[in-house]
Amino acid sequence: MTLILDRLRTVNWRDHVVYFAFALVFVYFAITQSDYFLTTSNLTNVIIQAAPITVMAVGTVFVLATGEIDLSIGSTVAVAALVTAKVLESTEAWPLAALAGLATGLVIGLVNGLFVTVVRLPSFLVTLATMGLLVGVARQLTDLKSVPVLDDSFVWLFGGGKILGISIMVWWTLLVVLLGWHLLRQRRFGAHVLAVGNSPAAAQVTGIKVNRVRLKVFMISGATAALAGILYSGRLQGARYTLGESDMMSVLAAVIVGGTALAGGKGAVVGALAGSLLMAMINNGLILAGLNVSQQMIVRGVIILIAVSLSLRAKKSN
Amino acid sequence: MTQSSPLALRGITKHFGAVAAIERFDLEVAAGEIVALVGDNGAGKSTLVKIISGLYQPTDGEIVLNGAPVTFRDASDARSHGVEVVYQDLALVDQQPVYMNMFLGRELVKGPFRTLDRGRMANETQELVTELDVRIPSPYARLSDLSGGQRQGIAIARATHWASGLVLMDEPTAALGVAETAKVEETILRLKERGAAVLVVSHNLEQVYRIADRVVVLRRGRQIGTRSIAEVEKNELVAMITGLVQ
Repeated sequence: MTLILDRLRTVNWRDHVVYFAFALVFVYFAITQSDYFLTTSNLTNVIIQAAPITVMAVGTVFVLATGEIDLSIGSTVAVAALVTAKVLESTEAWPLAALAGLATGLVIGLVNGLFVTVVRLPSFLVTLATMGLLVGVARQLTDLKSVPVLDDSFVWLFGGGKILGISIMVWWTLLVVLLGWHLLRQRRFGAHVLAVGNSPAAAQVTGIKVNRVRLKVFMISGATAALAGILYSGRLQGARYTLGESDMMSVLAAVIVGGTALAGGKGAVVGALAGSLLMAMINNGLILAGLNVSQQMIVRGVIILIAVSLSLRAKKSN
Repeated sequence: MTQSSPLALRGITKHFGAVAAIERFDLEVAAGEIVALVGDNGAGKSTLVKIISGLYQPTDGEIVLNGAPVTFRDASDARSHGVEVVYQDLALVDQQPVYMNMFLGRELVKGPFRTLDRGRMANETQELVTELDVRIPSPYARLSDLSGGQRQGIAIARATHWASGLVLMDEPTAALGVAETAKVEETILRLKERGAAVLVVSHNLEQVYRIADRVVVLRRGRQIGTRSIAEVEKNELVAMITGLVQ
């Protein structure tokens, strides 16, 4: 009992800025956009819009918590989506197509990870290079043409389906967040991720296989980016080289606002979900408020700046 | 030998290319004994600790733990034989709670899904710190909220928990203030009471006199002598370390 009280006392409330921000923005839009914002269909829509970002954010939590960064997630989305769509087009076997897409992400993550661990380059440089490389691959793959996705099962499972009346996108979000949370908070692997991000030297002397942990987080990141690509292609019923091209910033913003440390050692999967939903909610509210695209971009940029400063400042001061 | 001691080193030699870092070093550390390893910078103290903890492989010689000769491939191999090291730079992760540091790399799990058993780790941590009288607010406290002395206490408690009778310490108080040093020295003496063999590298001769039973002097890789603390004058010790006769 006293242990539980001790535990509560050691909770750092400033780590949870994102939930306060979430509540604040929610209430603000609920009051100012009262006719439409609070409807079930609109709120579900927010989660559906956020789903690919949320999925990628979960993978990015692991990368950042290890003290690394993966800038190639946006272009991985496009390559994985195109591979999936092409395989689906030629084989008409949707499980094979989905697996091919997922494998693409895993291989990209493996390559990133090998350059970081074996060639020993900073992940910032490695993934900056692979980001550019993959943009080229995505353009080359189909000669800039879109590939339609017509398989009904595929579109149901990765796009428009419903289970118990709830959109399949919500289920995917739930599944990935739960899995990520379990991996980071409940398994030894998660403890090792945080230890490596906090102090690689300390992790090493306690017998943690530091490079194996690094390799795995890049593969997780590649896999979640690929899944995001698959979800895009299911929802839009087609794949295109432009998919995911502006997602990297949104993902990083969602993850950092959610309480994961950019410098490593700290990760929050549920926080990343809240961060991602916060971003989607802001987009949604701004559209409802009738702002045009340019105005939305400006307001979104300002809000990201404020939120990121709040969460990073809070960390410095403790 | 009537009873095999936790650590015996026989003719340990280490060459880096043509340079001899350690030459034919012999030492035995008994259970419940604290042996201090002293010497000037570059004398080979840290090299010796790295050999015993598996980070370096000796060029020649034999390491015997509890009567059994061993060779270590790497540090985790040495650790699996129960060799634990306390470093001056702590080797702890400061954003994690105390209990997680105590079990770092060897986390306890429960159930069919092998999930982390935080409760048991916290309880075992509490027992251990109580036993060693390391005062911390709670096993759930984040390490960065503790003082340097408390943290080194945790590092020593961790080494004790996992060691099979031998704890190596590489300048455990080098980064600490006076009061914190005193506290850590108390903890080291408590290890001795529990029957651990302790080999401690120290720059601080006052400290050597406060805690050690015997002292080994290294100079440029050569073992100058091993003395019982009760029988060696400080002047003699300084002369052995520096090579200058006063």
